[in-house]
Amino acid sequence: MDAPLLSVRALTKHFKPSAFSRGPVVRALEDVSFDVPRGSVVGLVGESGSGKTTIGRSILRLVEPTSGEVRFNGTDLTKLSAAALRRQRRFMQYIFQDPFASLSPRMTIGQILTEGLEIQGGLSREERRDRAHRALAAVELPADAFNRYAHEFSGGQRQRIGIARALALEPQLIVADEPVSALDVSIQAQIVNLLRDLQQRLGLTMLFISHDLAVVEYICDTVIVLYLGRIMEIAPSAELYARPRHPYTRALLSAIPSPVPGSKRQRQLLTGDIPSPANPPSGCVFRTRCPYAIDACATAVPPLEAVGPGHLKACIRDDLHP
Amino acid sequence: MPEPILDISGLTTVYRIAGKDVAVVQDLDLAIAPGETVALVGESGSGKSVTSLSILRLLPRIGRVAKGSVGFRSKSGVVRDLARLDADALRQVRGNDVGMIFQEPMTSLNPVYTVGEQIAEPIRIHLGKSHKDAAAAAVQLLADVGIPDPARRAKQYPHELSGGMRQRATIAMALACDPALLIADEPTTALDVTIQAQILDLLQQLQAQRGMGILFVTHNLGVVAEIADRVAVMYAGRVVETGRVADVFAHPRHPYTIGLMRSVPRLGEATLLKQAGTPLPTIPGTVPSLARLPQGCSFAPRCSHAIEACRAAVPPLLDTGNDQASRCIRWQEL
Repeated sequence: MDAPLLSVRALTKHFKPSAFSRGPVVRALEDVSFDVPRGSVVGLVGESGSGKTTIGRSILRLVEPTSGEVRFNGTDLTKLSAAALRRQRRFMQYIFQDPFASLSPRMTIGQILTEGLEIQGGLSREERRDRAHRALAAVELPADAFNRYAHEFSGGQRQRIGIARALALEPQLIVADEPVSALDVSIQAQIVNLLRDLQQRLGLTMLFISHDLAVVEYICDTVIVLYLGRIMEIAPSAELYARPRHPYTRALLSAIPSPVPGSKRQRQLLTGDIPSPANPPSGCVFRTRCPYAIDACATAVPPLEAVGPGHLKACIRDDLHP
Repeated sequence: MPEPILDISGLTTVYRIAGKDVAVVQDLDLAIAPGETVALVGESGSGKSVTSLSILRLLPRIGRVAKGSVGFRSKSGVVRDLARLDADALRQVRGNDVGMIFQEPMTSLNPVYTVGEQIAEPIRIHLGKSHKDAAAAAVQLLADVGIPDPARRAKQYPHELSGGMRQRATIAMALACDPALLIADEPTTALDVTIQAQILDLLQQLQAQRGMGILFVTHNLGVVAEIADRVAVMYAGRVVETGRVADVFAHPRHPYTIGLMRSVPRLGEATLLKQAGTPLPTIPGTVPSLARLPQGCSFAPRCSHAIEACRAAVPPLLDTGNDQASRCIRWQEL
């Protein structure tokens, strides 16, 4: 088997308060490790404060990790100089949530699509135009979009432009951060289909960040469930939805309102709020809301342990869900 | 059906855009009975939020109710048309007979007053209670909406509360004067899914205790299925389908409703689609601009069932039996 394209090891990110404030240290990520195999789609799911976006940003070093390794094609990105990192970044592209904020209103779509290629260098003007046009075609936008501005397009079309911008650089890894969350449901399905189609046709490797578990189920091969900066469970997508093993995953799945009236779901209503990442609980971070927590849960951080092929959970209660 | 507390008839709301009146809600009928939850569902620009804002005339300055009536039966049993009420009389209704909660709790909470003061304010103004009694009532309301340690929380400022707690506090404020109607405009959209589940449960509990009617505006069909008795599906400013939730979900009679329901993958089903290599069902195209609506049925350009007759005239809401209605002339063939 190939080495994974991306290997994240013990990734930790603490946001320290600025020199002028006395706020607490926010522990956004603690000891996060996972692999993204070539040609696969790995989903990061979790609620606010779970650290899913911080992982995406740390991988590209859009935020600097506090410790840990991010191996991309075997190179640890966290150790690279700014210049060496820039050379690697052409192989990694980011798709943002908000298609209204992530496209410059002053640039034509053509300029937006060729800017990255220009910065990376090595291609003639003609070749850059050619790549941009191919990217537009790949996201099913008309060729005349090239000379128009972002404001002339709808939300769904803008997200297509955001995807085209990522594709134009022919990256090996795409980090898609809530790429359909800002879109209307009838448009969401169009963009999800497009991403999946592109991923399969071009053999892309993708890290897909979302809080929408139904979309994640459709597009991802493997799903990682995060809570308060730590991994709770990792499983192949079909396995996670059919046999969730961590109490948090089960609660999360049961909290999603089902579009079937009368199907009073067997909801495990989680009481209380998500604790502050500035002051996470000791031991298992989920224990303050977990209906199955016992004394031992407070003493040590539960390790991620295999419960099946490719299926890991961080919970010491093995007696819960066969 | 018992006497409705809200009976909207022929509501048309226009926005003045570039010197022209653009209808953002057109010819809308909607009734809510006491203790009933009616959901308004639709995508951006469908007019669902404008409808909810039109009831209490909370529209932006460019907007006004151009036609129709908003019949409302107050706690005292008097039926009045809110669309024609003068500003003073309307102020007596807002926050008193009708409570309202919004998507983002911080837009309804004032950052410089404590939570308790803000909940007590309508109790003093509308119910004429003393400061002391109103403050005690506010603490009780915080307890009713499930906030632990309510006496301490009442003394805190909104920024000291989590998002879910803030939304509970705005619900307490909206219910302070025991309204006959609660308008909830996307109240769980900004919340995490485990907190959303808590708030939906809370609203159902409070409704069972107090018997108020709820108008619930949302884009989330799962939430509709969970909380509402009846639903009105809106598209481009018009109701395109309405009926009891169980019936509309089991037998949708409008192509837009059908498309909308199909494009939301259900948990567990997405795996089957993926394994079969089937793309998610979609609705092609985009929502039309309200300023340039197509001739005839607004959905026709995106509809696979559209025929010439669909483009000739706006279809009326047709009775499809069983208290269900569809604005589709081909509903029998779907």
